[in-house]
Order: sequence, then C-alpha cells, then structure tokens
Amino acid sequence: MSKPKFAMYWAAACGGCEIAVLQIKEKILEVAENFDIVFWPVATDFKYKDVEAMADGEILLTLFNGAVRNSENEYMAHLLRQKSQVLVAFGACAAQGGIPGLANVSTAAEIKELVYIDNPSVQNPDRVFPVERFEVPEGELDLPHLYDTVRALDQVEDVDYYIPGCPPEGPQIWAVLETIIGILKNGGDLPPKGTVLGAGTKTCCDECSRVKKEKKITGFKKPWEVPWDPETCLLEQGIICMGPVTRDGCGGRCTSVGMPCRGCYGPPPGVTDQGAKMLSTLASIIDAESPEKIAEIAATVPDPLGTFYRFGLAKSMLRRAKV
Amino acid sequence: MSAHEFEPRIVGFLCRWCSYNGADLAGTSRMKYPPNLIPIKTNCSGRVDPTHVMKAFAEGADGVLISGCHPGDCHYINGNWRTAGRYPMMKKLLEQLNIDPRRLRLEWVSAAEGDKWARVVTEFIEEVRELGPLGWKDQVADEYEQQEAVSA
Amino acid sequence: MAESTNGEPRIGVYVCDCGTNIAGKVDVPAVVEFAGSLPHVAVAREYKYMCSDPGQEIIQKDIKEMGIDRVVVAACSPTMHEPTFRKAVQSAGLNQFLFQMANIREHDSWVTEDPVEATEKAKHIIDAAVHRVVFQEPLEAIEVPMNSDVLVVGGGIAGIEAALKMADAGHTVHLVERDPSIGGHMAQFDKTFPTLDCSACILTPKMSAVGKHPNIKLHTYSEVTEVDGYVGNFKVKVNKKARYVDIDKCTGCMLCTEQCVVAKVPNEFNESLDNRRAAYIPFPQAVPLRATIDPERCLQLTRGKCKQTCVEACGPGAIDFEQKDELVELEVGAIIITTGYQTFDNERIARYGYGQLPDVISSLEFERISNASGPTGGEIVCKNGEKPRSVAILHCVGSRDENYNEYCSRVCCMYSLKFSHLIKEHLPETEVYQCYIDMRCFGKGYEEFYKRLMNEGVVFIRGRAAEVTAASKRQAETEGKLLVTVEDTLLGVVRHLPVDMVILSSALQAQPDAKEVAQLFGFGCSSAGFYIERHPKLEPVSTVTDGIFIAGCCQGPKDIPDTVAQAGAAAAGALALVDNRTVKIEPTISYIDPEKCSGCHICVGLCPHNAIVYDAELDAAQVIEAACKGCGVCVSACGSNVPVQRGFTDEQIFAEIEGALA
Repeated sequence: MSKPKFAMYWAAACGGCEIAVLQIKEKILEVAENFDIVFWPVATDFKYKDVEAMADGEILLTLFNGAVRNSENEYMAHLLRQKSQVLVAFGACAAQGGIPGLANVSTAAEIKELVYIDNPSVQNPDRVFPVERFEVPEGELDLPHLYDTVRALDQVEDVDYYIPGCPPEGPQIWAVLETIIGILKNGGDLPPKGTVLGAGTKTCCDECSRVKKEKKITGFKKPWEVPWDPETCLLEQGIICMGPVTRDGCGGRCTSVGMPCRGCYGPPPGVTDQGAKMLSTLASIIDAESPEKIAEIAATVPDPLGTFYRFGLAKSMLRRAKV
Repeated sequence: MSAHEFEPRIVGFLCRWCSYNGADLAGTSRMKYPPNLIPIKTNCSGRVDPTHVMKAFAEGADGVLISGCHPGDCHYINGNWRTAGRYPMMKKLLEQLNIDPRRLRLEWVSAAEGDKWARVVTEFIEEVRELGPLGWKDQVADEYEQQEAVSA
Repeated sequence: MAESTNGEPRIGVYVCDCGTNIAGKVDVPAVVEFAGSLPHVAVAREYKYMCSDPGQEIIQKDIKEMGIDRVVVAACSPTMHEPTFRKAVQSAGLNQFLFQMANIREHDSWVTEDPVEATEKAKHIIDAAVHRVVFQEPLEAIEVPMNSDVLVVGGGIAGIEAALKMADAGHTVHLVERDPSIGGHMAQFDKTFPTLDCSACILTPKMSAVGKHPNIKLHTYSEVTEVDGYVGNFKVKVNKKARYVDIDKCTGCMLCTEQCVVAKVPNEFNESLDNRRAAYIPFPQAVPLRATIDPERCLQLTRGKCKQTCVEACGPGAIDFEQKDELVELEVGAIIITTGYQTFDNERIARYGYGQLPDVISSLEFERISNASGPTGGEIVCKNGEKPRSVAILHCVGSRDENYNEYCSRVCCMYSLKFSHLIKEHLPETEVYQCYIDMRCFGKGYEEFYKRLMNEGVVFIRGRAAEVTAASKRQAETEGKLLVTVEDTLLGVVRHLPVDMVILSSALQAQPDAKEVAQLFGFGCSSAGFYIERHPKLEPVSTVTDGIFIAGCCQGPKDIPDTVAQAGAAAAGALALVDNRTVKIEPTISYIDPEKCSGCHICVGLCPHNAIVYDAELDAAQVIEAACKGCGVCVSACGSNVPVQRGFTDEQIFAEIEGALA
C-alpha cells in the first residue's frame, strides 16, 4: 500500500516557515517514513505539472505557507486545494497575510515605483520595469501578475486548518504532524474544519512568565528605554506588547527575554480584527488625570498600523488601505 | 438638491445615558436634521470597540460618529475616558489606511443637548458629503473581480 | 447575513403610526412592506397605537398563534415604551430580551423634514433592529435585595414633604440639607399666594415634624459627596460639615449668639438686610434649633485668637472648636433630589440699578421686609426708614429674556400680586405699579386673585420696564425718587414713574452647582440647569437613573402647590420601589468565562465600579454581578474579547451595523 502523500508550498513568504519545518529535527525522518513527499519545491524536485497531473484529492496533506500576493500564488492555492484532502494555512502569512500583508498600505504600482525607481540604490533613468510577458527565441517567458492586495490563503481558497506563527514553533509543528500521523495509523477523527492547530485558545499573556498586575501606562516606551526588568509585564512598563491580543502557543518566547510580543500567532478566538482590538486594549490602559491628557498620550503611539497590524492587516476588517 | 447628489451613509454609536437621550430630546423638541445617520445604542461609549468602527466602514459607511457623555458626566464614571484614548489612535490608523480621518468623529453630547445633537449630526453629514463616498464595499468587490480575472 | 444560533428565527415587526406622530411623516405601509421582506421576518404589521392594549394584544396573539419568537417594535424611543413592550412580550410567554425597539419617532419622524427621506431612514433603523434581534438571547433580570431606606437631598418644602410621606410609611429617611436648618426658601416668605396663608404658619409644623420624626435622620449642614451603586443599593457618602457645636449638647438657647463678638456678618436668611453673629441660629424656627459657628467669620477659627465668650456662655459646653468634618456613609434603596433654586442675580441687568440704587430691591428682600419676623419687623419701609408712597414692581427680571433666561419663572406674576396686596394692606395710601409683559395667573384661584388686586387700586402697566434711574435733583416734585421708564404698550406711550421703591421680580434659576449635582447622581440637566425628568408628561419626577427621583424647583420653576404635589409623587415613586424586598436590575452586564481568560489584568484596573476582581485560584478575572453596571468597557478593552456583555455582544452589534448599512 502506498503511503499518504504530503506537499508543502512556499507562496509569498520569507522562507522562514520552510526552515521552521526543520525545527522538528530528526522527526523529519518520521514524516518521510509516514508520507510520500510528492511536492515541496524547496526540498524536492517536482514541478507544477506534476501536481497538475495528479488526481483531485490525491495529496493527503498540504502545508501551504505564504500569503497570496500574485497570480502564481493564487493559481497554486487553487491547484493545491483541488489536489489535497487537507489544506493547511501554515504560518502567519498564509493564516493572516503576515508581513507581506503590510503591502496592503500601497498598490502594486506604488511598490514597483519604490523598488525600481525611488530606491536610493537604484539607477533606472529609463524607467525599466519587469514585464509580465517577454518573447525570447525559445518562446514566451512570463512573470506572475503582482496584485494590489495581498490576501491570506482563506481569502482565496477553502482552508481546513491553520497553524499560526512567524514561524510556527517546531514542537507545535511536530505535535500537529504527530497527531495526523497517529490518526492515519490508528484511525480517529480529524479536528473540526477551521481549527487552529499547534496553538492554544487563550492569549500569549497566559504563557508569558511575567507577573501581571493592573495596567496603567503613562507613555509608550521602546524595550531599550526601560531598565532591565525580567519580572514586570512589558505593557505595564509602557512597552507595546501584543500579548493580550495574540493567540498563545509560542510559549511566550519573546516576552521571556524582554522583547514584546509582535502578534505573529494571530488573534485569539473571538477576535476578528487583531489590530483594532490591540488599539482598543492599548488605548484603554493609558492613565492620566483627564481624558484630554489620555488623548494626548494616545496620539503619540508612533505607528498604529505597523504595530497593531504587523501580521494581521490582510485579514483585518478593512484588509487594506483605501486606493 | 439633485437626485444624484451623494447621500452619505453614516453610523452613529450613541451612549444610552447622554447622547441617546440628547438625540431623543432633539426629537421631542422637533429639531430638524438630515436623515443620513442611523443610530446604534450602547450603554457607554466605552463599549464601542474600534472593531465596530472598522466593521462600519467595511460594511459601507462613509462616516462613523461616536457620541458619549461629556467627560466627567459619564454614567459609568470614566467609561468615556477609554473612548477619548481610542479616538486619536483610530484617527491616526485611518490616516495610515488612506481614509480621511474626518470620516470618524467623536462628540460629547449630553442628555440636555438636543440642539447640539442636531447641529453635530448636520455638520458631520455635510462634512462627509464633501469628502465624498468612501465606497469600501465597491473597492473590495472590484479588487476580487480584477484578481480573479487575472488568475483565471 | 449570518444565521441565528438558535435555529431559524421567526421575527414579528410591528410598526406604530403613533397617531400622526410617525404616520404623518413616514409612509408606514411602505415600511411595513419593506420589513416583511427582510430575512427571518415572519410577519410585519402596522397599528395606530402599538403601545395601547389592543396594540400589545396584536403582538401577544402573534407570539402565541404564529410562533413569533423575536419581536421588533418600530415606534418611539425605548426610553418611553421599552418597558411596556418587554412586559407585553414576557406575558405572552416570550423572553423579554428577545425584543428590540426601533426608534422611528424621536430619531426619525420628528427630526426629518422630508417624508421620503424619513421613510427611508425608518427602513434602515428597522433593518438594523431586525438584524440585531436575530442574535438576541433570552436573559433573566437579576434580582437583588432592596434596601428599604431612602435618601432625600435638600430640605426645602419639597424635601420636607417627601421625607415626611416616606417616614410616615415606615421607612427610614435620611434628609440631607446643606444649610444649618431645613426650611429652604419657603421659610423666608411672609405670605403665600393666592390664599395669603402665613408661610411660617404652614411650614413650621412640617419642619418640626421632620425634626421629631422617629424615622427621619436629619443631616443638616451636610452635603452628598459621592454616590455609588444602583437602584435598591445606593451607597452614598455625606460630608457633615463641622458646625463647631456639639449638636447633642446644644439646647438652642442662643446665649452663644448673644455673646459672640463678631457682630457684622450679613444675615443670609434676611437677604443680608441685617447682620447676624458668627455664632448663630439662622432663624428662630430653625430645625434643628441648634447653633452653628460660621467658620469663615469666627475669630477663633479664622485667626486662632478670640476671647471665646461663646464658650463661657454655653452652659452645656457644646462648643467644640476641634470639631472636624465627618464623612457619613449611608446605604439607601432610593433617592429623591429636591435641591431647589436660586434667584436671579439682579445686578446682571445694570439698567435696573440693583446694587446701585438703594431702594431697588429684590423680591426675596421684599419678602423679608414684609415679614413680621424680618429685619424691619414687618414694616414696609425704604432704606431711609420712611414708608414708600409709591412702589413699582417690575416683572420678568431675568425671565422671558433671551439675554438671561428664555423661560417664564411661573411664580413672579403671582408673588408680585401678593406683594401689591401686602403693600396695600400695610400702606393703603401707597401707589403700586405693576410693570408686566403678560399676567400669567394660571393656577387655582390665581385669576381671581388678580381680579381682586385690580379692585384694590393697583395700577397695571403692560410693558417691560426699560430702566430705573435716580430722578434729577433739579425737579422738586420728583427729587429723591426713583424714575421707572416703561412703555405702556396698551396706551402706546412711554411713562416715567416716580416711585420710592422698586421691587424686581427676580427669575428662579437652577442652583449654581446643579450640573455637578446632576453628574453626581447620574442624570442630565437642561441647558438652563434644571434636572431632566424621565418623561415630561408621564414620568415628571423620575430620572433616567432608576431609583432616583426629583421634585420641586430643581426640576423647573414652580409654585408651592406644584412642588408639594411633585414631592408627593416622588415619594410615591420611591415607596413603590422600596416597599419591595427585591429589585430587578437589567441583566445587560458582563460575564467572564474563567476557562477563556488569560489573567492579563487589563480589565481589572479599568472597571469603573470595581466590579472585576482577579481570582488567583482560577487565574482569571471574575465579574461581581451585583456591582457590574453594564458599561461594557471590559469587553472593548479585553484583548481576547473574553468578557461578554449580555445584550450587547459583538455579534449583536455587528449585526446591527450590517443592518443599518444594508
């Protein structure tokens, strides 16, 4: 009997997710033992046409990492959905749009202008831009079309599960894979569709080792602007920490070493817009003698969009800036 | 007024104790103001989550008004202080999203200020009318259409 | 649109015509047709008056016969009739919180000019309500114990009346009065219109009844500083100002007053027409009849140096310069506010010369002059001690004047007539002129009193006085007189009346700190500063805060009969509450699932009512139900939306937004 088939795909992402899979270390051998790896461009030499040639649903499990920011990403999202029984949005970009989602403050044209013209290290007096189709003697070459709006995987295709994180933590990845392998071997039911796997159901604060008290902050600080204090909640020190609006599962790794949570595990259950929620939370704990003073302090938050929506802009209520 | 003139769609979040009663007073006093604002009642303006504001814009609102008790008059002592803090952050965020921050307005209207309610609503509607349609739903629809066309 | 969590809902939408109040502007049949087309709406109906019994029966019938399980009534403001419809729905067997009100009157038909626009707006408002009601859940009102004690704030005739009524009904009443004695303005009056009862004769027995009543705890020279809690369970802090006299030892003998060396303190009770001492009892009928030492004037208290003749004189040793303000905490089930009024500051109208011309006096000053226990022993005299041979009474000073107060103060016409009568009674030869805009004599026996005065030889001049000046010394016949310039609008001539005395019928205004008091108790003031009643017609003594009532002039200018009637109504309102053992409070409060809470403490520090505590064992925040007032701040502040405000869930609000913009 042939082994169940496994695929992994890298869309608009940095590649960290690919490396994160290797954080499961020698367990990767167990993956190879239990699955037939049929498509994984970073690790194996299979082509799109190999996937196209597969029967629908032939792949059991696809881990899709990266957001959808061009026509190629979108094509592959549709293709892998068609060929996979279980499609997983793997990592913050696939699940939430992630860092690439921040491109949604601009349009594709603005981005190209910045990259090919306005970039200080670029000399491009003839305004040469990449073209999507180019004739060469061997035939036609094409580049994917860059979209104005970056989308999370589930804004393009039906997604079965989510594994959040930038990148997902190794032990969490293994826990998910181990569960699936266990079900394959011993039977049992997969979790309900839409479940967030490899993460908790509370917030980062729940895992954070720092002591939490009532929060009353009088101004915003950067981590290096406060004396080293391994005990006190970072928010209480005035450091903008996304912990309260971020799903747990990472083990509180950042906050334990004094770095504020940036929100990569996405919003906890029940929160639809991580950035708006963080804005609400942060503004609420500003303490001053009058509402006017509170408003004054609130107005000093340096970059609400980049801070609150670092990973979640594409999946926010508004998804992008007004064009 | 031309039939094609842009009529803004506006959602107003009114706290139950001050602004909702202020709006009622404008009604019992038969003050007249344009009909573009649909009121939504919450107990306190402090209940209004920025997510609600985003939701309203996403659903097609051209403007959002939050109206609560004057600072110091809050039925919940300082619930509206939270609103006061969220407001400038939301303005800044909207600006970053290329949405004119004037589309969001915070006003303190007491139960006695029926006249202020009528004035605030009138002014805000006029301001949003001048800003023109935000058209979020159309933008989203166009975008999906374009992207799907390319992908196919 | 999203689906209900409770299966397919069956919504009934009921659109009220409110006579022509809604139907005169909104095309109700079109709105009903629209409502009927909305998802989940099983029936939409129009009725002339939904709030009437037959209107309510329509809803109840549909609930029973059509299986309607959610109800939207599009009518007036929920402040008006939400309780009515909730009751109706509940008695038909449907949970009252599966009901939503769409306000298409105050927020639409009454404020929208154009009928087409009003109709469209009504549709949006109803759409929002229909969307919302889908997600509403059955809730049970929370029943909490009712404290049977009552607080009355303000010891004028309104407070006295309300306190006595409730004390007679067997409730402990705390009566808080800012001044050293109860009595208020009524204690200053000589006679009351139109019956000419002696004010003191009818008030004093009530004052002393308050003082002696076993159920009334009198807190004079005290002010409410903090109010917390909710209907049935208010917690009130009262600051008992130090009066430097042990009220239990003082016998009211006034020996301290006689011996006090500070003699030139303007006597507030006599409108500063004479002086009192620093150790004083405001007036002989004061309740409690106890001395107070004025901390701003007493030498011992201001300079720390005095012969302390008062201490020597005081037999019982009641004087105690070490006394401190004392904070008393009261727990009551209901509160009645009767904080009264102040009179208009006549100096604001410089052309009437008040404060400049000695014989231009205020109405309250005249009350004291004409009062037998006043500074002149009831002799109506000018500042030079002579009897005036002519008096002009100028109406509407500070009333019916856009520069000062737009409103009519309601009592000035009548007390001006009373003054005329008193002058004529004391000094039959004296000319009395009334300069009025309109005579407003609307009460029982008032018009008759006006007629009677016309027969007593009072001269009525229809016109607002322009100015009061000192007459020129060069004209012998008017020398030393005041000249009142007034246009007699009935004759169309400007008249210059030479008179010896001018009485300004000063407006009644809200107390200077009315706004702060309203804020303290959690209701609103009109722009003029008068407290806003829950409904101008049907709930004239209730406020938007359950369990807090208002009565008397703090709600608006009114005469004594109306004040007493309101006080009675407020007492009845309070009794209807405190006679119950429990009170039901709105269940729209927050709930925190400890399984979901991460224990970050954000909400704990934010709750305005300290209703959220951190439970270390659960490692979660928890809501104290009885203390939560349902502001929802914890919900919006929580990063993971763990607190849920029942009746105002995100789901419900989102649905409402969708509906409003559909």
